[in-house]
Amino acid sequence: MQNLRWKVVTAVVVLVVFTAVGVYPIVANRYGITTPSWLMDRQIKLGLDLKGGVHLVLRVQTDDALRTDTEGESERLRESLRSKGITVSAINMVSPTEFRVEGVPQDKDAAFREAAIEADTNFSRASGVGGTYTFTMKPNVQIALREEAVDQARQTIERRVDELGVTEPSIAEQGSAGDQILVQLPGVTDVNRAKEIIRSTGLLELKIVEKGPAASRESLLEAGAVPQGMEILPGTSGGLGEPGTTVYYMVKRVAAVNGNDLRSARPSLDENGRPAVAFTLSNDGARKFGRVTGENIGRQLAIVLDGRVQSAPEIQGRITTDGRISGSFTQEEVQNLSVILRSGALPASLTYLEERTIGPSLGADSIRSGVLASIAGLLLIIAFMLIYYKLSGLNAIIALAFNLIILLGLMAYIGAVMTLPGIAGFVLTMGIGVDSNVLIFERIKEELAAQRGVRASINAGFSRVFWTLLDTHVAALISAAFLFQFGTGPIRGFAVTLTLGLISNLFTAIFVSKTLFELALSRRHQVASLSI
Amino acid sequence: MHIFQNTHFDFLRWRWYAIAFSWAIILAGLGVILTKGIPLGIEFAGGTVVISQFDQMPSIQQVRTALDRSFGQAAVVQAYGDPSLRQVMVRVPEVGAESGGSLSAAAEKVEAALRSANLGNVKTVGTEIVGPAVGKDLTTKGIQATILSLIGILAYIAFRYQFSFAVGAVVATLHDLLVTLAFLAFFRYDLTLNVIAAILAVTGYSTNDTIVIFDRVRENLRAMRRDSLGAVINTAINQTLGRTIITAGTTLLAAIALFLFGGEVLRGFAFTMIIGVITGTYSSVFVAAAIVTIWRGKAPTRAATRAPAVAGDTVASAPQQPARKSKPPRKARAS
Repeated sequence: MQNLRWKVVTAVVVLVVFTAVGVYPIVANRYGITTPSWLMDRQIKLGLDLKGGVHLVLRVQTDDALRTDTEGESERLRESLRSKGITVSAINMVSPTEFRVEGVPQDKDAAFREAAIEADTNFSRASGVGGTYTFTMKPNVQIALREEAVDQARQTIERRVDELGVTEPSIAEQGSAGDQILVQLPGVTDVNRAKEIIRSTGLLELKIVEKGPAASRESLLEAGAVPQGMEILPGTSGGLGEPGTTVYYMVKRVAAVNGNDLRSARPSLDENGRPAVAFTLSNDGARKFGRVTGENIGRQLAIVLDGRVQSAPEIQGRITTDGRISGSFTQEEVQNLSVILRSGALPASLTYLEERTIGPSLGADSIRSGVLASIAGLLLIIAFMLIYYKLSGLNAIIALAFNLIILLGLMAYIGAVMTLPGIAGFVLTMGIGVDSNVLIFERIKEELAAQRGVRASINAGFSRVFWTLLDTHVAALISAAFLFQFGTGPIRGFAVTLTLGLISNLFTAIFVSKTLFELALSRRHQVASLSI
Repeated sequence: MHIFQNTHFDFLRWRWYAIAFSWAIILAGLGVILTKGIPLGIEFAGGTVVISQFDQMPSIQQVRTALDRSFGQAAVVQAYGDPSLRQVMVRVPEVGAESGGSLSAAAEKVEAALRSANLGNVKTVGTEIVGPAVGKDLTTKGIQATILSLIGILAYIAFRYQFSFAVGAVVATLHDLLVTLAFLAFFRYDLTLNVIAAILAVTGYSTNDTIVIFDRVRENLRAMRRDSLGAVINTAINQTLGRTIITAGTTLLAAIALFLFGGEVLRGFAFTMIIGVITGTYSSVFVAAAIVTIWRGKAPTRAATRAPAVAGDTVASAPQQPARKSKPPRKARAS
């Protein structure tokens, strides 16, 4: 008797706690009951498929990052050769991970090798005929750079999404190649703006203009080629009200300062009252910028954004900390650009692999049908259990109710996300959950048929089936674990619901159900029959 | 109430018929897959889905006509969700260019075509655009997860029972996967992520009945020392037949509720579960134990010589039975 009392107390405490954590917040939310925040903090979250929002999968073009690095290395080598007075016929990019130096003079070979030592840290050097050297990025460096690029891209996207003010976004790396980023923005409706802001490279560079603007790229060439250390970039001409045409500038390849030197960026107006972005440089950037502008007074400074010249004002004096990007921007573009610049440039360009938008009405429909299916499933199972097992069926139903409440409580406690497949898992948990009761009851029936007493039959039923139940649950948990591994988002919701449902079922089918039997039999001394 | 009480079916006698029957379904499914292919969901095939809500529900034909000029025969149009919601789902195989961020170009084309078709007010309630690169990754991951979970189950059952039992359970589960795939092909359900999730759930669930039967086999091996393994297995299947059917029934009830009320997104999932539960039950009764006898060389010995650890609470500490390779040949049809 003492024993039974404690079992009942335990069951009641479990019920109360899990109802408070798992069920009460849902009810309170639905009917607007004020509730202490510590209780509402831990709640089952709705997944994107139920809440509505945007789901994006992007691929980081990690080749970009490699190319930038290889390019940088080749430029460094070029500078170093120039300072040592070694002239070569060409330095060319072969692929994102490879560049080739051609025509190293025979007598300067040793000096060249000396100059190339720095490049040897990250590149392996192979010599060919006629003073040709090929530099290939070492594989471990490639891997590290790719990982770094994806990591940086994720962080940049996180900052941009933060600036967008999305609540509870989820940004994660995924994919077997490790170059994909999953972005989930619940509740976002302006998909295009979100997409644009996330994807823009946002690489700001300030470069000294050597020549231009000119109407065509060709007219800027010197002897039919772009001079060493220079590059030609497109831009848009035209002041206020003029239709813009594309013009070209020849600028120094190496930027005076770039987006990494920015401290902040904000919307502002230019001298003509048009929308513009004002920016402030960091201390380090300001020092560099001050030196370059001081040396180049009277020349033009190109403000280059993602490889396009936005404007090229004349440098009128030494500028240190503050600058402004003007062009033909709309108010909205200026807003977006500020966000993008503040959050820093992406190390590589991004492409979209997958894009889903779930309107709030679609999510609400899914919730409605999920709830309907749950209720229908529950009623069908209740009806069956009552008809087939009579009063013992009631026992199973109470155990099932415990099971579902514990499941909801566990989900709320770990902050699990409820998705539509998660609801399916919930419904299946009902069906699979009563299976445990069925196995126990069938065993009890068998024991009763063998002319054992009611109490002995019940005890034998529970103890004999225990190991069977453990085995079936472990097998199901194994596959649920791999399901979790496999899935993203909604599928994970399913795996989580299934797993937690299995665990709580083991408790309810064995402990709760047995306690209920004992409770029912405790008032009677001689038990002759069992309603099963 | 009782169903299947004191039955004495000779399930093992039917094992070759059952195996032939299963092969017939699996091969027919394979035939359908080879000739007509598996219809792939958008996650695997790539493409664009646009779900639109109309003020006035147009006929499917009207929507098709509206899309004809831009997409021709390639567009799939169907009513979506509850009729009162007046929603139409359009699926086209195209996606916008992956680079340049205009993945949504095809979706915008669909929206524009619907808006200009004079079908009344229409708004987009959901879109789904998947580039062609995504599917491959998912397929390998899905297959990997399935194989790993089968290996996991094999290891667990081998640890808890005997290796031959584990083989029986895994073959039965594999059988369930193939039969489920066959039925998905027969009924032309799209292979989606949700369906894969259901298939993985089936691998976990379909072992349940098998374990219940094996557990009883183990228990009977002790009680029926003088009987052949075939007889022991037959008795075990008959003794547990009632609960095998009922447990499948309750899960089936849940799956049917999902199929009927769970909405468009879960229909394929629920269908997969329904087939999976049915074939899982069938294979537990007809396939799993049959494989155990076949694996042991068609020649069950006297149970007494090989009675392994017995079911119940003593199992965990029971010593493993050493496997004996040399067995006197004996017919399996023993009961």
